[in-house]
Amino acid sequence: MDDDPFDPNSRAGRERRKRNIALALALGGLVILFFVMSIVQWHEHAGH
Amino acid sequence: MTIAETLSYSRVTTVGDFFALLKPRVMSLVIFTGLAGIIAAPGHVHPLTAFTALLCIALAAGASGALNMAYDSDIDGVMARTATRPIPMGHIAREEAMAFGWALSAFAVATMWLFVNWLAASLLAFTIFFYVVVYTLWLKRRTPQNIVIGGLAGALPPAIGWAAVTGNLGLAPTVLVAIIFMWTPPHFWALSLWRCDDYARAGVPMLPVVRGKRVTRRHILIYSLLLAPLGVVPAFIGLGGMLYLVLSAAMGLWLLLEAFATWREKDEVKEPAAKRLFAVSLLYVFVPFAALIVERLFHLPPLWA
Repeated sequence: MDDDPFDPNSRAGRERRKRNIALALALGGLVILFFVMSIVQWHEHAGH
Repeated sequence: MTIAETLSYSRVTTVGDFFALLKPRVMSLVIFTGLAGIIAAPGHVHPLTAFTALLCIALAAGASGALNMAYDSDIDGVMARTATRPIPMGHIAREEAMAFGWALSAFAVATMWLFVNWLAASLLAFTIFFYVVVYTLWLKRRTPQNIVIGGLAGALPPAIGWAAVTGNLGLAPTVLVAIIFMWTPPHFWALSLWRCDDYARAGVPMLPVVRGKRVTRRHILIYSLLLAPLGVVPAFIGLGGMLYLVLSAAMGLWLLLEAFATWREKDEVKEPAAKRLFAVSLLYVFVPFAALIVERLFHLPPLWA
């Protein structure tokens, strides 16, 4: 079945994988942003 | 059967569907005006703080778009312009879009508060509230003044950007907000002139549906007459320089000419003048705000310091 979401080779399965990768990239990006912004804020407070 | 029911076919939700929920074209305009506010504001913030502020503005704009699509999915399915959106097409469940929108809103506001400042975060929260609750849920289906009042939500991004840098507000960001606020009615009424049947079918009381096209054309002209002089004000309050003055005056004149042509338009089916006005109104926001950005980046002095 081409729309079986549990078959990784089906169209539905491929779309699900793309969604998971996009979500992982977005979350990863936000973790990095939070980490770097925390350092920036720490530096700014330390500077004052 | 609605247009969406005719077009829809069942498939899994894709990344593109979530992206479409964010209304990327509207989002790009909001990012641009927010960026203008950040760059035009006096003072200095760390580039990453500025990036975070812009990201929060973008996410909040996207979240507002998703919530608007969720709450308006019933009328979106009836209108040709919006029938292919992900919810009426059956690609995303309404509840899923709602959860996505509210979660993104909360994240954007919280991040702005944590890493930028409380004023920018409060303005961002107010913008989302105004667009979703005041405009979408309250005004849109009740009054032909929906886009006039609701336009405030779309006008606030420059002030949010400004507040992100300075931590306060003043005359200059208020004028930038006023320009976009005054620009919104002629922009959307131009669209509604040639989408009039669409709005009437969906029961949305846009001005041409309720008061007719003649009244709408007059309103467009009046708002454009007010907007054109307002657009040059930044050059006289120490915000814009010579480049801004020349470009905003030229764009104001062009907008006025198109508004006048729309007022005199006789072709009520194709509405060519309204379509031109719609396109010019997009440029009207882009060109003067781009001038502000260029003047700041190249350290060009304001006319009145």
